[in-house]
Amino acid sequence: MGLLSSFKRSFSHGVHPAHYKGQTENLAIQRVPFGNRYVMPLGQHIGAPAIAVVNKGQHVGRGELIAKPGGFISTALHSPVTGTVTEISPQRTLDGSFKPTIVIEADPFSAQRVETTPPASWEELSIEEFIETVQQAGIVGMGGAAFPSHVKYSIPDGAHIDDLLVNGAECEPFLTNDHRLMVERPETVIQGTEILRQKLGAKRANIGIERNKPEAIRALEKVLEKSPSLPITLSPLEVKYPQGAEKMLIQSVYRKEVPAGQLPRDIGVAVNNVGTVVAIADLFATGAPLIERVVTVSGPGIDQPANLMVPLGTPVRDLLSFCGGLNDKTREIIMGGPMMGFPITSLDVPILKGSSGILAFTEEETARPHEYPCIRCGRCLEACPYFLNPSRLALLSRNRRYEETMDYHVMDCVECGACSFACPSNIPIAQLIRTAKDNLRQNPVEEAA
Amino acid sequence: MNSLLASPAIMMGIGLFFGVILAVAYRLLKVDEDPRIDETEEMLPGTNCGACGVPGCRAFAEELIRGTAEPSQCTVAPKDEIVEIADFLGVDAGSQIKRVARLHCAGGKAEAWQIAEYRGFDSCRAAAVVSGGGKGCSWGCLGLADCEIACNFDAIHINSNGLPVVDPEKCTACEDCVVACPKDLFKIHPVNEHLFVQCSAPLEGDAILSLCSAACDSCSRCASDSNPGLIEMVDGLPVVDYSSGAEESPDATWRCSTEAIIWLDGGQFDQQNQNMTEGQKRYAQLR
Repeated sequence: MGLLSSFKRSFSHGVHPAHYKGQTENLAIQRVPFGNRYVMPLGQHIGAPAIAVVNKGQHVGRGELIAKPGGFISTALHSPVTGTVTEISPQRTLDGSFKPTIVIEADPFSAQRVETTPPASWEELSIEEFIETVQQAGIVGMGGAAFPSHVKYSIPDGAHIDDLLVNGAECEPFLTNDHRLMVERPETVIQGTEILRQKLGAKRANIGIERNKPEAIRALEKVLEKSPSLPITLSPLEVKYPQGAEKMLIQSVYRKEVPAGQLPRDIGVAVNNVGTVVAIADLFATGAPLIERVVTVSGPGIDQPANLMVPLGTPVRDLLSFCGGLNDKTREIIMGGPMMGFPITSLDVPILKGSSGILAFTEEETARPHEYPCIRCGRCLEACPYFLNPSRLALLSRNRRYEETMDYHVMDCVECGACSFACPSNIPIAQLIRTAKDNLRQNPVEEAA
Repeated sequence: MNSLLASPAIMMGIGLFFGVILAVAYRLLKVDEDPRIDETEEMLPGTNCGACGVPGCRAFAEELIRGTAEPSQCTVAPKDEIVEIADFLGVDAGSQIKRVARLHCAGGKAEAWQIAEYRGFDSCRAAAVVSGGGKGCSWGCLGLADCEIACNFDAIHINSNGLPVVDPEKCTACEDCVVACPKDLFKIHPVNEHLFVQCSAPLEGDAILSLCSAACDSCSRCASDSNPGLIEMVDGLPVVDYSSGAEESPDATWRCSTEAIIWLDGGQFDQQNQNMTEGQKRYAQLR
């Protein structure tokens, strides 16, 4: 860190929720023992669902391909355990709906070894082969959105990537999965960053980390000191929500704004989560596809919080019972972070590629506060990192004037929830905006001729 | 003195000049509009609901004059007004079969389990974006009355079982409820189609019966009991194909164990509350 880092690196607007990471930030990542039932929905990433390539009753090995990509914006699925496919049927998934799913029963006598061969050395692969390898390994953005990573790496002709930005901000309260990865596997993080940087042809790479993770910053610094020739820089950032949102992170690190409706690659930046970078490093080191991820189990409703290495498809129920179960006061389970995560309606839903945390909350945190009228204080406007007008959007949505929200750029909202957090009247602004967006998606406004 | 007269004279001159231009323009550029359009519009209900298929009552009046629409296509006006309009225009009133909105779900509080509690504000659309609203059956009606609010004709009311009841007399088939429902449960049906499937869940057998006691479990008895070709099972649900020409009859509903397919004559859920046992009624009130 030099003089530069003493500057306050951040974006404008945003909020400061308490980070509550103390419960788990010093707990090493633990592996959970294998259970017996694994549920793998075919559509656990953004884009077309994968196509199953196994049949009912078939024996599958851990790491074996069970579904192939259903298109370019789609990715492969691999079996998280050695076992038998018991059903391919609709099962309840994260959003409460039923989606086609491969259910695998683990073989209790198996050694659960991953039988894979490492792909060719990454240095020798062309960019097309690299993209194909990443897609076949089923790697997606591990920050939460689960956008297939290879799509990000497919740079259209004429465009080029100057900067690779690794997202270790982890601005969501409670979550410590990225933090633990950086503390425990800093070499792998650097290795993966270097692979991506060279493959994408980026000149520099930055790793953005919020300042409330000094341990992670120190661990990565130590690795970088050993190889000073690498053009990788650490960028400690102000602790602020939503620092880890792609466009905010770019603004904080490079002082560049991604225009509305455009992607980071349009201004020459590629952003990848720490988890994704580690998955890529692992893929080229051992050939292991994406079959497990780090999940933080935390929150006041959990007696024994933990950072866990979980095979994908593990039902939340198994994970919670490994952590000593829920306590009596638990009222709500959220998958993801408390700001952007989703409450789940059933404990049978599985851990997916995008699940970064399981948080249990009690009545105290989840009771619906009394709602007061909007007093036009403008705090939501000051909170919105996208400079939208959340109070106006919420008002229009509440009065079911969904089409008019388009005039206020409702589709630029990323639903970070900073507005709801900032509102002193307890208006569920983010939910109202999501309602409007959902309505507009289902009943698109016809363009005036 | 001179200047005192000059300014009014100039103003009058300008006024006269433009007056003449306006008078000439009125003569030359006049668009003849059928006076009957105004009168017909007066006679129409003026709700601008769009149920007739054209945007608004005036556009409908224009179509009537052109002869491209029949008066009975207006579903809002009562019969005698339709006849009045037809007499006025000297055309046949036409015979449109009345169409009404029907709900493809019968899983109210007494039938369908809630697996999680939704504590946001009362709107189906808002509940649907929070993990589907907490109802066990993710296709089912949430009962938070988005359709009741959307209905301009006071035709939809949520009953004590948490399901929207459509009053077929008041319903104009304007499709406002179809658009409002986040689960796409409302469809417009002609009233002379009596066989009706009150379920939208594609799951089969126990998988769906464990979530809702009024669901279709895809046993396909209705398909085998009906006239051949009338009912076909598509994605785990019976689909009544009226274009097949096969005659419909209540036979198809007799062996349905869950009343997922019913013979509908009048409104939906008319009998539901009477049919509930005392225990079910109390249970519905409790939830």
